[in-house]
This record gives sequence, structure tokens and C-alpha cells, in this order.
Amino acid sequence: MNPVYYLYLAALLFTIGAAGVLVRKNAIIVFMCVELMLNACNLAFVTFSRLHGNLDGQIIAFFTMVVAAAEVVVGLAIIVTFFRSRHSASVDDADLMKL
Amino acid sequence: MSATAVVHSLLTSAAATPAADRIPTPHIEYAQLSPVLIVLGTATVGVLAEAFLPRRSRYWAQLGITVVGLAAAFAAIIALAADGYATTRAHIAAMGAVAVDGPALFLQGTIVLIALVAAFTFAERRLDPVAHGNRVDSFAAQGSAVPGSPQEMKAVRAGFTTTEVFPLLLFAVGGMMIFPAANDLLTLFVSLEVFSLPLYLLCALARRRRLMSQEAAVKYFLLGAFSSAFLLFGIALLYGYAGTVAYTGTATAPGIAQVIDGSANLTPALANSTGNDALLLIGGAMVIMGLLFKVGAVPFHQWTPDVYQGAPTPVTGFMAAATKVAAFGALLRLLYVVLPGMRWDWRPVMWGVAIVTMVIGAIVAVTQTDVKRLLAYSSIAHAGFLLAGVIAVSPSGVSSVLFYLVAYSFVTLGGFAVVTLVRDAGGEATHLSKWAGLGRRSPLVAAVFAVFLLSFAGIPLTAGFAGKFAVFQAAAQAGAVPLVVIGVIASAIAAFFYIRVIVMMFFSEPQPDGPTVAIPSPLTSSAIAIGVVVTLVLGVAPQYFLDLAGKAGVFVR
Repeated sequence: MNPVYYLYLAALLFTIGAAGVLVRKNAIIVFMCVELMLNACNLAFVTFSRLHGNLDGQIIAFFTMVVAAAEVVVGLAIIVTFFRSRHSASVDDADLMKL
Repeated sequence: MSATAVVHSLLTSAAATPAADRIPTPHIEYAQLSPVLIVLGTATVGVLAEAFLPRRSRYWAQLGITVVGLAAAFAAIIALAADGYATTRAHIAAMGAVAVDGPALFLQGTIVLIALVAAFTFAERRLDPVAHGNRVDSFAAQGSAVPGSPQEMKAVRAGFTTTEVFPLLLFAVGGMMIFPAANDLLTLFVSLEVFSLPLYLLCALARRRRLMSQEAAVKYFLLGAFSSAFLLFGIALLYGYAGTVAYTGTATAPGIAQVIDGSANLTPALANSTGNDALLLIGGAMVIMGLLFKVGAVPFHQWTPDVYQGAPTPVTGFMAAATKVAAFGALLRLLYVVLPGMRWDWRPVMWGVAIVTMVIGAIVAVTQTDVKRLLAYSSIAHAGFLLAGVIAVSPSGVSSVLFYLVAYSFVTLGGFAVVTLVRDAGGEATHLSKWAGLGRRSPLVAAVFAVFLLSFAGIPLTAGFAGKFAVFQAAAQAGAVPLVVIGVIASAIAAFFYIRVIVMMFFSEPQPDGPTVAIPSPLTSSAIAIGVVVTLVLGVAPQYFLDLAGKAGVFVR
């Protein structure tokens, strides 16, 4: 199978993630969409690694996973404190600072 | 050998090969990386202190650890620069991951000094009234406690303080120091996250107006993560184009720069992918997008006013100054080292971004009624002026941007430090109407703030003027005269609202229920004093520092 198809899949996943960030309202789901984008990046890295015949892309995928894990820790902490003080995780409720 | 066979040989041959063929141990130049290592090591010590020291002694211990660590890192940077690593001995360390050169050392030194001043404002404990016999700083008693809950009252009564902010500050500084020195895209991405994650947390920790502060953190986090995903996908595409993430290399082990300018030996796979310019153009655009988000350039600026307003003011000052320094350093290195061969593609785009950033930053600032939002839009406008220097693609462009960053960052720190002083019963009085007549009530504070505003406006004899002059001169020499004209017009619009604030402070009657000006401890006073001194020194005698920035303005490749 032509590895380029995996690139199309990566681009598709990335676009789905980006669209999700823009249209979804729940902060947790927005955040999951960001994670989907990061996973799409990983797929692209691994595919390019295969295409180029070097291992850089596979190593980078591990770094991305670690970074994504760290981001989850920080992100969930922030979203949970936000939820606990407002009883809502909707990003539309975050409007204290409108002009 | 086909690509598959190469991968298989990499995966399966390790056990059978003799020692000479095994992966060599990476060679790390610890001495040259010592500034970053000292800062990150100090941050780790801070975490341990947080875990093992009794609560009473943590504040002083953390402040001491932070100041000593930052001072040691600054000494290490000076020692490296004195050894010639900024000029003749500039090279790429850590197996091609980190550059040790003039711009890197200059910006690292700037970031460390900014962090030192910011640590003083973080540690300020005399502004808020004493709560239950304990002096309190700008940060929440307990980050996890819901605002207004019994749990929070208990934490306040027990005199809890969030001294974790100091290690978080140091981790952010460590990431920011690597960011402008990163010499491959992976290091760029990791250091971006290393400095962003602590900043997201710091944003959520305000003692007063916690709901706003948490909201700022959520917005900053979601948008920041969104933009870093774009950056990462851009990195993936550039890797797909060039087969490597290193900025520079040799003809046999090429970096992206060599692949772009065609001086690399192409393998068949590489020749196939370099035929596809879409990977390069889209990838480059997405990476630049991620950096422009951190810089706060239009159209990626939407988070700036909300986050600046909601975050605790000392954090805002630090973030506004240091993030901009780090992100412009990384942007300069990317555009000047990796993508100079592409400048006919990115220059028109950056022209547009610079113009829109200057104009929108200046015009929207006019309508603001909150001091922190006003300074946020002013920082957007300044990002536009800085981009004008970036566009020059010349040595004077680099040195003028470096100089501008120093001038801008200390003025910003001082400006936000003044904002922490003007208070009423609800904490800081950030609404502009409350600042009316401040000059009558507290002439010194108003005069100092006026100095900062004049520097933002770029009035002669202030640092802001010297910086703007250098940047516009570099842009004009590079043939970007229309950009300079628009920049000067935007500066004039911006000057209007800075002057309006000054007029309001000095020439209107103070309100009877107006805010009071808190008497700060020597910590905040020294932060403000440093801001004033830098503003005047760089404004009156900029030549020495321009020369210094000029000497430091050559990237290693």
C-alpha cells in the first residue's frame, strides 16, 4: 500500500481536530480535539519517517507523546478548576472579559 | 537500497554489528549549555524545597533559591560571552540541537534579567492588606480551592501561599532560554511547550478576581495548545520535505537550510519529496503561524487582551516581556537561518502581518477602558514594530530587533509593576476612569507611569524612541519604506492614547472614591526603578547597547 495514503489520513484527522476546536463548546472536547491534532501530527511524522528511510520521525513521535501527556496534566488541572468554580465547562460561559 | 530496507536495517542490525557501528553516545557541551542547565536545576531544587521545607520558611527559601539561580545563570552567560562564544567561537552544541551564538546569548541574558525583575514583583507582599495576621502576595492561597468556598477561607486563615510560582517561573525561563537558541524544529517545539505550560498555570493563580484569572488560563491554554498543534503539523510537513528537522548541517548530513538552497546531496526519497514545494510552503507557513501566535501578532492576537487582563499582574508583566523576547528570537532564527532562501515567499506575507498588527494594535487600543487591556493592545502594536525590523533581513535588522526587545521588555515590566500599586477595596483598580487625577494624589507614581507611557509612545530621550528609530531605520534600508511610513502613522495613533492617559492622570480632578496608591516594599520599588533607569539610559545613551546588539547580531549556521 502506498504510504502516501497515511499522509492523507493524517491531514484529514488534523482537519477534523481543528474543526472540532472551532465548533465544539465543551472545554474538554475542545481539548480532545487538540489531542487529535497532535496524533495526526504523529501519524504524519511516522509516515514521513518511512518515506525517507530515517528514524527521526519515529523519535519525534515519542517526544510528541510526552509533550501531549504533559499538556493533559496541565490542561485538565486548569479545566477542572474552571469547572469547579462555575459548574460548567462550556467555553461560551467564559465571557467575563468581553469589551 | 529501498526505503523499507533502510528502515529494517536500522531496526534489526544493532545486535549483530561490532561496537564501532553502534549508535555513539551523544556529545553534550555541558559548559556551554550551563545557563539553561543552571536555571532548570534551580527549578528542580525549588520543587524539592516545596516538598520538604516547612510552610513557614518556604517563601524566603524559594525567593532566595530563585534569585541565586538566576544570578548564577546570568554570570554563566556573561562568562560564555567573555569567552567569545557570542562572536568568534559561536557554534552549534548538543549534537546540533542548540546554538550557542550572539543572538542566543544576548536574548538569554535579557530573559534572565527580566525573570530576576519579575521574581521581585512575584515576591511582593505589602500591597494586599494583611489577612489573618499573614502577609499575602498576588497569588491565590491555594490554587485548587474554589474561590469563595469554605476551603479557600480555611487556606487563607492558615496563611497558605502558592510559593510554587517560583519554580514555575524558573521552568518557564528555562524553556524561554532554549527557545531562541533551538537549532532544530524538535527542540523548538519542546522548548515552546516547556515555557508555555508553566505560564498557563501561573495565569490561573490570581488571589483577587480568581474567576477572571481562571478564565484567562482556560483561554490561553486552549488557544496555546491549538497553535502549538499547528506548529507541530508544520514541523511534520517540513520534515517530510527535507527529511530532517535540523536547521543547518553539512552537504552529507543536510539541514533544512541546505535542502532548501540545493546544496545537499539528495537521496532518491529526498529528491522525490523536495520536488513537492507544497510541503515546504504549507509547513513553513504553519510553523511561522505558531510563532506569530506566541508573539501576539494580528490575526493571532485574540488571546492577548483577555489573558493579560485576567492573569495576576506580576505574571502579565513577565509574560508580556519574556515571551515576546523568546518568541522573536526563535522567529528571527527560523527566518534568517532556515528560510532565507524562501524570503521572496515569506516577506510579502510578513509585510501584511506587520502592517495589520501595527494598525490594529494602535487603533483598538484607543477604545480601551482598562489599563491592562490598554497595555495588551500596546504590546500587539509593538509586535508589529518589531516585525518591521524582522522583515529587513539584514544584520542591522537583527541588531535593531535585539535592542528593541531589551528596551520594550523592561519598560513593560515597570509599567505592569506600577499597575499593581494603584488599588481600591477590590484589589487593583485597573479601570482607566479610576486613574483620573492620580498625578494630584500621588505625583511620583503618576510621573513614573508617564515615563513608561512616553517610552511606549516612542518620544525622544526614552528607550522606546531609540528602539523604534533603530527598527524603522533597518526596515527603510532594506527598502521597506511604505512599511516605515505606516509604522510612523501607527506610532502617532498609539501616542494619542498614551498621551490621553497622561493628560487624564495629571489634568483632571481626582475622584472622591478614587483608588489609593499602596506603598510597595523594596522589591517592587526596585523593579520599577530598574524600568525607569533602563528607559532613560537606553533613551539618552543608546549607542553602547546598539553596538552590543550589533556585535551579537550574527547567527551561527
